[in-house]
Amino acid sequence: MKRDLICIVCPMGCRCSIEEDTSAPKGYKVTGITCKRGEDYAIKEVTEPTRMLTSTVRIEGARLPRLPVRTSGAIPKERIGECMALINQLQVRHPVAMGQVLLKNLFDTNVNLIASRSL
Amino acid sequence: MNTYEIIVVGGGPAGLAAAIEAHKSGAKNILILERDRELGGILQQCIHNGFGLHIFKEELTGPEYAERFIREMDALGIEYRLDTMVLEVRNDRTVDIISSKHGFETLQAKAIVLAMGCRERTRGAINIPGTRPAGVYSAGAAQRFVNMEGLMVGKRVVVLGSGDIGLIMARRMTLEGAKVLAVAEILPYSGGLTRNIVQCLYDYDIPLYLSHTITSIEGRDRVEGVTIAQVDTKRQPIPGTEIHYDCDTLLLSVGLIPENELSKTAGIQLDPVTGGPVVNECMETSVPGIFACGNVVQVHDLVDWVTEESRKAGRNAARLVLGQITEGEPDLRTRANHGVRYVVPHTIRIENIEKEIDLMMRVTDPFKNKYLVVKHGEDVVKKVRKAHLTPGEMESMKIPVEKLRGLTGELTVCLEEVAHEA
Repeated sequence: MKRDLICIVCPMGCRCSIEEDTSAPKGYKVTGITCKRGEDYAIKEVTEPTRMLTSTVRIEGARLPRLPVRTSGAIPKERIGECMALINQLQVRHPVAMGQVLLKNLFDTNVNLIASRSL
Repeated sequence: MNTYEIIVVGGGPAGLAAAIEAHKSGAKNILILERDRELGGILQQCIHNGFGLHIFKEELTGPEYAERFIREMDALGIEYRLDTMVLEVRNDRTVDIISSKHGFETLQAKAIVLAMGCRERTRGAINIPGTRPAGVYSAGAAQRFVNMEGLMVGKRVVVLGSGDIGLIMARRMTLEGAKVLAVAEILPYSGGLTRNIVQCLYDYDIPLYLSHTITSIEGRDRVEGVTIAQVDTKRQPIPGTEIHYDCDTLLLSVGLIPENELSKTAGIQLDPVTGGPVVNECMETSVPGIFACGNVVQVHDLVDWVTEESRKAGRNAARLVLGQITEGEPDLRTRANHGVRYVVPHTIRIENIEKEIDLMMRVTDPFKNKYLVVKHGEDVVKKVRKAHLTPGEMESMKIPVEKLRGLTGELTVCLEEVAHEA
């Protein structure tokens, strides 16, 4: 199946198409892209897309009601909804330090949910 | 009257970087004045990632970026005051401040660094027709409610403007359970980063309507709906292209304006294009001893560049206090020409450049494959080929001081055609 993508690797924003091609070295034919990094991005985007996720969790006893959090690395894109559900259930207590792990090894990805400020 | 070597107005990324760099450059008696309840400025509500790629070589969230600077400032023992409003800055470098804790005070500084940042343009600034119900927020105000106060601002949302804050908030509202129906942009292109268009809109199937604007807001007490329509090349709505959305919230992401109320009362000359002070090679304004940096000078797209510019202002404020700056008339004035909208700094005293000068600029429209050229008369001082230029991305050119020595008059920055290659 052919998919149209916009590359986000650099500000050029190449519009490209990607489709499976068993004869190509990496198994995909990418057209409209102007660099190697862009080609890698396009292949990753159709095979195993990942995203960083940032949000907030409830915090008790701090001077603000919400603590900003992020994943320590990128997680599979299709897990974002599940990850938000976990984040929404979470409640932490003051004090929390920047970088502190709040949830370990999300979806067996070795990625943690961490506090993104001290509060 | 309390006296300081340097007073920094604003404790956001610009003020923090300026104060830290001033301290490292030899000024020791520094005070930061911040009107909010904590330091860090707007970074504290920008909980998304993407900050710090240039300065720290890693991708941080806004609060993380701020905390690194706050820690450094604390380690240096720099004094700061929170919940303190600056009422007036005068050209004799006195500053009137007020706070609940200390009441009204007047402080004296040898140098002042203005780092007040910018404000969002409001509904009033862009004249949207319709009723005036609750539920119309600037994107940044909504961001503060959602990310810091834990308050949801609406359930069905339309966003006007495709600047980065609008795109980021479209994703954020979606993740928090709202339905974002559309993003409308009056220009034929988005001012936001491609990355944000892809990861904030396309990831969540939020449609982006270019060359569209809001023609009506409905609802008496609360927003009940908005109508968008396509616009022609003169930005006039085209009848028959209207799309109506039932919604309870409209977010506006329609531009940022440098916040220069204090600069105006100090008699500082402003550039009508940037909306910020006219500055020289040291980031000093038209009033001697008053410096400016960050979004108060020009709205930046990356906080990393705010940090870089503010370090320059802080360093030069310290050099002024220590008597290391040569005062006098500028040797050169910069001017934006063909395809370039503005250039910062505006004037240059060559003697004060330590190694190189960093010229910062924005183009007027999107362009592909052009030369960005700095010229003195017909002589080319520097020429760089650019595959891609857009008004949403600031450009910069570093020019070594040796290339400027002996020059006077005007330095122009413009775009030139790339000749066709065989």
